Amino acid sequence: MEALEAVILTIITASTPLLLAATGELVTERSGVLNLGVEGMMIMGAVCSFAAAYTTGSALLGILVGLYAGVATSMLFAFLTQTLMTSQVATGLSLTLLGLGLSGLIGEGFTGLPGVKLESIHIPLLTDIPFIGPILFGQDILVYVSLALIAAVSYVLFHTRIGLVINAVGNNHHSAHALGYGVIRVRYACIGFGGACSGLAGAYLALAYTPQWIENMSAGRGWIALALVVFSTWLPGRLLIGAYLFGTVWIMGLYVQGLGVGIPSQLLSSLPYLVTIVVLVVISGNRSLIRVNTPAMIGQPFAPER
Amino acid sequence: MILRLERRSQRSTLMAFLSPLLAIGLTLALGAIMFVALGFDPGKALYIYFIEPLTSAWSIEEVVVKAAPLILIGVGLAVCYTANVWNIGAEGQLTMGALVGASIPIYFPDWQSPLVLLLMLVLGIAGGALFAAIPAFLKNRFSANEILTSLMLVYVAQLLLDWLIRGAWRDPDGYNFPQSILFEGWQVIPPLGDGRVHIGAIFAVVAVIIVAFMMGRTLRGFEIRVIGTSPRAGSFAGFKGKRVVLFCFMLSGALAGLAGICEVAGPSGQLQPHVSPGYGFTAIIVAFLGRLNPIGVFFAGVLLAISYMGGEAVQVELGISDKTTQVFQGMLLFLILACDTLIRYRIRLVSPGR
Repeated sequence: MEALEAVILTIITASTPLLLAATGELVTERSGVLNLGVEGMMIMGAVCSFAAAYTTGSALLGILVGLYAGVATSMLFAFLTQTLMTSQVATGLSLTLLGLGLSGLIGEGFTGLPGVKLESIHIPLLTDIPFIGPILFGQDILVYVSLALIAAVSYVLFHTRIGLVINAVGNNHHSAHALGYGVIRVRYACIGFGGACSGLAGAYLALAYTPQWIENMSAGRGWIALALVVFSTWLPGRLLIGAYLFGTVWIMGLYVQGLGVGIPSQLLSSLPYLVTIVVLVVISGNRSLIRVNTPAMIGQPFAPER
Repeated sequence: MILRLERRSQRSTLMAFLSPLLAIGLTLALGAIMFVALGFDPGKALYIYFIEPLTSAWSIEEVVVKAAPLILIGVGLAVCYTANVWNIGAEGQLTMGALVGASIPIYFPDWQSPLVLLLMLVLGIAGGALFAAIPAFLKNRFSANEILTSLMLVYVAQLLLDWLIRGAWRDPDGYNFPQSILFEGWQVIPPLGDGRVHIGAIFAVVAVIIVAFMMGRTLRGFEIRVIGTSPRAGSFAGFKGKRVVLFCFMLSGALAGLAGICEVAGPSGQLQPHVSPGYGFTAIIVAFLGRLNPIGVFFAGVLLAISYMGGEAVQVELGISDKTTQVFQGMLLFLILACDTLIRYRIRLVSPGR
């Protein structure tokens, strides 16, 4: 029972950053924008949150700074793609390259330093319930934030006016524009939301997952988050399931290694990447599944005719 | 004041030429600010970064050694991106080329013949090309996004190399270091002259010429350009988008594989856990900075090679982190994309209220 509890706890830890980043990207893509810079925003969130938490000693401040770092980097992307109308694919790629480079430079002085750990909450009585307590009521705050966010996104996208506008902009920006909605403004906001979520994901990595700074510590999670959005076919519910499935795959490798089975550790480490490829193939190969929810305008720039 | 873009009636040729220069200028300006922020004399740092590598014979040779793989890979990626095919896994294809090519000296350490080197190069090319064919196949057959699959395969290739080099391929007399045996004789690419420059540099120049010819003068090049600008028009002309995807991936994979085996059989002389300092990713910047044009890629490759050298130089001479190299490279790509807007648009400042 205790072993199972430990496994579930680590799965949650591995899934949360994926869920956070993918939630943000889902909203960005719903508005018709493909931001391939998730990895870059995430790693900037990680390094900035680590630096802030280390200097001030406050994990909460670290989270906040990580969030801002994500938003700030995403605004670079937004300015280029929305105002200067650059290619979204190329700009997203360059955001990732820039983020990886800049984070390496910022983080250099912090390598190997003991970080500030984001403490798990403890509710008397509730958290003390065996098994269920630590899993349901003993997580750190970002785990609850990630779950609340995906629930909120699901609600907003399908039950509110704002969601309707986002979907309209993502599915036909000319019609949305004709109806008087500010396409560019909506997209700026959605890109910013994506940046905030990626920043939080980075903060989670640097404050909760491994409370220290390691160069390239995002290890492709930003890219996997992008794949998760495809996996979810742009539906929040499936995104939640997908993130936890991938978190499980990520963790499984570690446990199998611990059992001392004669499988090379490198094969186990490559599992998340291989599974991502398989999942992309299975989902993308199914035309009808993909077509229903793919935002029709994804990746296309919007230039209002004046 | 509001920034407003006005579409030009046609692409500005002047701006197409000026935009990379403008981007380089802005990158240097931002770089100067970065050095001031880090507490260093910006003039001195920039001099050491970008001028000093060109002032001694030794460092010029080193620039050539670093430019060769960047140009090889960059030329292939330029073809891909022209066709709107997004191969960003060149780093993995490079690793795979290095790994497959190096299998010859590792399994036949005593075999010495010119054939060995030839076989290594051919296997390197084949390894890269076939590895690149995976995302192309997955895209054509299952419409799986090639950006994500090609990138995921980078991690897979690197982990495969890591596994081999810590296991079956480890040098038994290497004190448990994760590296293969040292290659020698015909297992190494002969240097040109007595320096570190080797025939990889010639491959790069030849690749530039061949690809420039292909893109400008052949039907295949025309097909790639048409599919890239308008897949619909291409299909009316009888061009097959899927064939272009496979061709572009395998071409760029082959060139990346060649770059990989040239690294291993050239400067390194053995298989190590990291075949390149990220040439496969830097080549993305090279391709864009070079306007997706083979000749442009050549100059861009040289510039980015200098930035690698400069990064090492400022670390040694001023104690500035060589991580600045990646920052420079990232900023450069970002700014080149921003400046490219000027090719298609005019920027006007309009006062609000019109």
